[in-house]
Amino acid sequence: MTMSAFEKHRHVIDFTLSSLLRRKGKNFSLLAVYTFVIFLVASVMFLTHSIKEDAYMVLTDAPEITVQKLMAGRHDLIPLSYMEPIREIRGVQSVEPRLWGYYFDGTNKANYTLVVKKEMNNTPGAISVGNGVARNLLVKENGIIPFKAYDGSYLFLKIKDVFSSESELVSSDLILISEQDFRKIFAFPPDVATDLVLRVRNPRELTTIATKINQMFPDTRPILREEILRTYEAVFDWRGGLVIIILWGAALAFVILAWDRATGLSAEEKREIGILKAIGWETSDVLLMKFWEGAVISFSAFSFGLLLAYAHVYFASFILFESTIKGWSIIYPQFRLTPFVSIYQIATLFFLTVVPYTVTTIAPSWRAATIDPDMVMRA
Amino acid sequence: MFNRKSHVLLAFFLVNLLLVGLLFVHARVVQQKNRVSFLEKRKIVKELQLTDLCIFTDARYTRHPSMADSNTPFQDHPLSLEHFPSGSLMVLPPHLRPHGNE
Repeated sequence: MTMSAFEKHRHVIDFTLSSLLRRKGKNFSLLAVYTFVIFLVASVMFLTHSIKEDAYMVLTDAPEITVQKLMAGRHDLIPLSYMEPIREIRGVQSVEPRLWGYYFDGTNKANYTLVVKKEMNNTPGAISVGNGVARNLLVKENGIIPFKAYDGSYLFLKIKDVFSSESELVSSDLILISEQDFRKIFAFPPDVATDLVLRVRNPRELTTIATKINQMFPDTRPILREEILRTYEAVFDWRGGLVIIILWGAALAFVILAWDRATGLSAEEKREIGILKAIGWETSDVLLMKFWEGAVISFSAFSFGLLLAYAHVYFASFILFESTIKGWSIIYPQFRLTPFVSIYQIATLFFLTVVPYTVTTIAPSWRAATIDPDMVMRA
Repeated sequence: MFNRKSHVLLAFFLVNLLLVGLLFVHARVVQQKNRVSFLEKRKIVKELQLTDLCIFTDARYTRHPSMADSNTPFQDHPLSLEHFPSGSLMVLPPHLRPHGNE
């Protein structure tokens, strides 16, 4: 009676699982390392992909053109007199000065981003703070924050409201302030701004307008919104920075482990294959067994790694990466990322992890399958 | 039903596939749920004319990478090497690369 192909696979799977379970310790340790590598790569992929998606969705309303002045290659304050000639460029809808800067809080060793909001000019002495600032200073609405001005005097500003925790990704370290208070803190001259922001009618004219600004004021640097979006596309590329070195390290360690595991057939395994061949298994049957062995381990590690990474990034707020991302930041935004999963991501992950493992194990599997039973059993 | 190991494996594979499939569903549900918070963030960006996300707050050029110029990591003093941890995590923005925006 001939066995159907399906039946044959079932029998081989039954046998493979029994064989794997006989060497529990070895196989579970391989599974654990394999899962960890996939977990690591998948976590970085999920994290960076979500930040990029977030940036893309949130920053689509960023200013169309930001104009900065440069002085000796460094960012400098821009004179308000630059506004009028820029406004006259055909296609420019509006030009507004932006007043913002960094304030270092020496007591708490934290950096805040101070931004002037026009609507707050009517209520000097009041500020709105990001949730990260409020958390760090342990203050709430109506609390007072002292600011040391650049002339050495102190300014005590009252918190009018706190940004919601949902908006931390854009507002965590922000302090909204009136123009009067801002100029006082930084001894900011009255005829300059930090930079200028432009609204443009037709997006196709952005490059032309930027070129005209550059010709008109060669000491300026126009930044297009498209560049801002591209920046986030590039700076959170998971294939760059230190991250990739760490991932390479983990992947190489894993390849060595997989290679060692697959090449170093134990005497017991050799004997097992020898017996199988002696009782009538063909080379193709042993290869089929090796295929299922790889499939069981790879599939289990892949799905465990993927699920754990998803939970880590989206439920546990990427806690394992927190200290790395935090770096020296005192104000650290606590944000929950929105999950974005695509077939492309899963396929990339698969090619980066399962394919190298499979390639590593092909040659040793072939060697195992072509073992001479007589020689093994005599050994 | 699970009297053979291959059956257990099949069930295990199916459960895992189902869970991986659920990731897509969960992601879609959360995306829908977070629409309001996305709109809120977009509104803040538009109103305050913001240009960057607040992810790193230790260095100026990682707090506002799109505003950074090529000197910022070194501008504390001449020969000041880039030393903030977040500087090593972030890849150089395209506008600061040797071939500009190409």
